[in-house]
Amino acid sequence: MSEEKNNFPKEKLFSPKNKRLLSDPIGKDNPITVQVLGVCSVLAVTVQLKASLVLAIAVVAVMGLANVIISLLRHGIPPRIRIIVQLTVIASLVILVDQVLEAFVYDVSRQLSVFVGLIITNCIIMGRLEAFALHNKVWPSFLDGIGNAAGYGSVLLLVGAIRELLGSGSLMGYQVIPNFVYNFGYVDNGLMILPPMALITVGVIIWIQRHRDRALVDVS
Amino acid sequence: MSNRYVFMYASVMVIVVALVLSTAATLLRPLQEKNMRIEKMQNILSTIEISASKGEAIELFEQYITQTKVLNHVGEEIEGDAFEVDLQDENRKPVEERQLPLYIADVDGELFYVVPVRGNGLWGAIWGYLSFRGDLTTIAGANFDHASETPGLGAEISDAPFENQFVGKKIFDESGEFEPVVVVKGGAPSDDEHAVDAISGGTITSNGVTAMIRNGLEVYLPYFKKQKTS
Repeated sequence: MSEEKNNFPKEKLFSPKNKRLLSDPIGKDNPITVQVLGVCSVLAVTVQLKASLVLAIAVVAVMGLANVIISLLRHGIPPRIRIIVQLTVIASLVILVDQVLEAFVYDVSRQLSVFVGLIITNCIIMGRLEAFALHNKVWPSFLDGIGNAAGYGSVLLLVGAIRELLGSGSLMGYQVIPNFVYNFGYVDNGLMILPPMALITVGVIIWIQRHRDRALVDVS
Repeated sequence: MSNRYVFMYASVMVIVVALVLSTAATLLRPLQEKNMRIEKMQNILSTIEISASKGEAIELFEQYITQTKVLNHVGEEIEGDAFEVDLQDENRKPVEERQLPLYIADVDGELFYVVPVRGNGLWGAIWGYLSFRGDLTTIAGANFDHASETPGLGAEISDAPFENQFVGKKIFDESGEFEPVVVVKGGAPSDDEHAVDAISGGTITSNGVTAMIRNGLEVYLPYFKKQKTS
């Protein structure tokens, strides 16, 4: 999170610089696998793919909006209480998301209720507000928010898919490992359902990513 | 920036946030309440093996649930709307003052008695519905739900494999004494009519289910016994 700080772009909406705001966090500046932020919620929600998906969407919404709001307010926020202001903005958005889910997709919200609340504690969101939205214009802040949330979400989905597939033999709740495999003695790995395996899965993803992109290895 | 500005800023922010959130909560309230009512109907119907989609729930509920009653602790019917009774409030009252809701379903001529129960899991409330056949002893179906149990562990109480274990279990022993179904860690013997398997890694939730069933049914015993003798 170093280079973006000095961006004050006056260029087109999707200039190369702005595109990088969107794409970097998904790959080589991923909040989870490179910056190792927000790992806590990855451990908690990735037992099933569906919960991961809805949480990823909710985080995209909260993070995009929070970055925009803080960026709009950035000249007025008193520095001494800026953390409180950020937290208030995030908490209000999360409550709104929670209420909207409860009103329109009740079943999903029942599955997720605790986790939606936990978005507030997601360190990535506050990290981006503090590091980016406070110093940048609205549009780049929006892109940065969406990009980081997407980077977070993509890891969430990947871990969720791996854990549900190996732990329950299903994806999105549908059984994908056919019955004859079970008849041969295959057993779902109960360990995959437990939080420690999320940590190990994330670790393996980080390992693979660093193996493929050597430039990341020296980042401290 | 002066302290005055900081205080003003914080106050205005709090007022704006409060306005936005309370407006949203008020506007969405009717939708949320409707969803909760429909879910409650679906849960009650599922204990008598009728799966209702969101759209059909109200219609099917009216069709099958032919009577609703509110009982007191000695099993007499009292005034009230069973569907509106909030078990969370009732469980805080002394037994003598509690209102006990009971739903009676008629499925093709066979009567089912549906009793709501509520208790505590590991992280928060758990609740459910148990339906009994006409003998008021054999469980015909069970439906459980929870506020915030651990997904994959305690939360499995709301999944079909756990709920289906209750079908055919009995809550009275042969001499007619109350012996509710208990959730047994390490597996229940398959011929035990009063026990089901617990959930691995969900011991506290499982124990919560045992306690919930015992406490929840105990208060209905006077009514059950009265019905059985009549």
